[in-house]
Amino acid sequence: MDRPIRVLVAKPGLDGHDRGAKVIARALRDAGMEVIYTGLRQTPEQIVSAAIQEDVDCVAMSILSGAHNTLLPKVVELLKAENAEDILVIGGGVIPDDDIPFLKEKGIAEVFTPGTPTSVTIDFIKANVKRK
Amino acid sequence: MNLAERLLKGEKRAVARLISMVENHDSEAVEILKKLYHKTGNAHVIGITGPPGAGKSTLTDKLVKALRKEGKTVGIIAVDPTSPFTGGSILGDRVRMSELSTDPGVFIRSMGTRGHLGGLSKATQGAVKILDIYGVDYIFIETVGVGQSEVDIAKNADTTLMVMVPGLGDDIQAIKAGIMEIGDVFAVNKADRDGAKRTATEIEMMLDFNQSDWRPPVQQVIAINNKGIEELLDHIKSHMNYLKETGKLQRRRSENSKLEIIDLTQQKLINMILDKSKKEEMVNQLAEEVASRKMDPYSAAESILKNIK
Repeated sequence: MDRPIRVLVAKPGLDGHDRGAKVIARALRDAGMEVIYTGLRQTPEQIVSAAIQEDVDCVAMSILSGAHNTLLPKVVELLKAENAEDILVIGGGVIPDDDIPFLKEKGIAEVFTPGTPTSVTIDFIKANVKRK
Repeated sequence: MNLAERLLKGEKRAVARLISMVENHDSEAVEILKKLYHKTGNAHVIGITGPPGAGKSTLTDKLVKALRKEGKTVGIIAVDPTSPFTGGSILGDRVRMSELSTDPGVFIRSMGTRGHLGGLSKATQGAVKILDIYGVDYIFIETVGVGQSEVDIAKNADTTLMVMVPGLGDDIQAIKAGIMEIGDVFAVNKADRDGAKRTATEIEMMLDFNQSDWRPPVQQVIAINNKGIEELLDHIKSHMNYLKETGKLQRRRSENSKLEIIDLTQQKLINMILDKSKKEEMVNQLAEEVASRKMDPYSAAESILKNIK
């Protein structure tokens, strides 16, 4: 069935900069997706709770504070606990290349670092959402 | 366990999935709503409308927190506009309701209008039913920031809360038809700003012409500082009591059901007619002829209708 892909765009943790998240949100919107934007300083619990209620296909998190190794896997873990592991989880922001293999091992499908064209993220989401 | 059973058990994922199915015109969701429709009608449905930036989400957040203190459960449907060009949308009302996200007694759902006019999404009525069956005490529907004619909310809610802010226009705005007519309760938000008192007075003056025996109360609030929220909530509750005591609740709901039935019938008819003529490429052929002035659009529409008989 032809329906818009729903994506939750969230800013986990304590950093207060959401320009990147808003750029991504706008790009996904322009690609025809329904973007639920949750705003700054979200806990993993808030993100997962919103993802469940909004019935999203994808959770996209932007993080600049350095807490990615803790917060991103925590979201994956909480989604699993809710039997919602079919939701695609991606990350972006200031994340060192060295940390990416660890994050992928923990269930983050892909990590987009600064400079990635938004089209790459859009194509990745379109190709990898699990629900038809 | 099937979706209907999971919904009745109060599983949030089932609620969420069913709302998606209604949004996506899934016929299974319609079957479930048919079966469970008798379980609806218990929630007090409150529509919140007003111009963009009036503070509808912040006000909803505070009203819901006040209700949560009383131990009531709440569903929130927040509608935001869909792009007419790409079909995409940014649904951003949760930003103002962050703390409610993890409250087990609150369910928040954002919806895009997906091309529907009137301030709501076509699926809003379905979502209200699902939340009602799920068992919340109150359902808030927050419309897209409205202009002057987005009055659908009044056909979907028991109580319509109109949120105004100072500085939006003169007293002629207040007596125009449309949006100003549908408020059961008025809130003048950002009441710490210049002109709040004047806005409230202008609304009061408009209400002096009111014919009904319910006079909509006008409450000044400062949502961001939680000022005037308890009083506003009291007005909303009094409106419900008034509807119940006068028997108007049943009448209002019956009027709304009539509109819903007519709406559903129209949709079905139109789909039936258009599906058939689309299959036969009829619309395209007629469009060519009308565009090249070989036929007029009135006769084209008539020939589509004739085709059905």
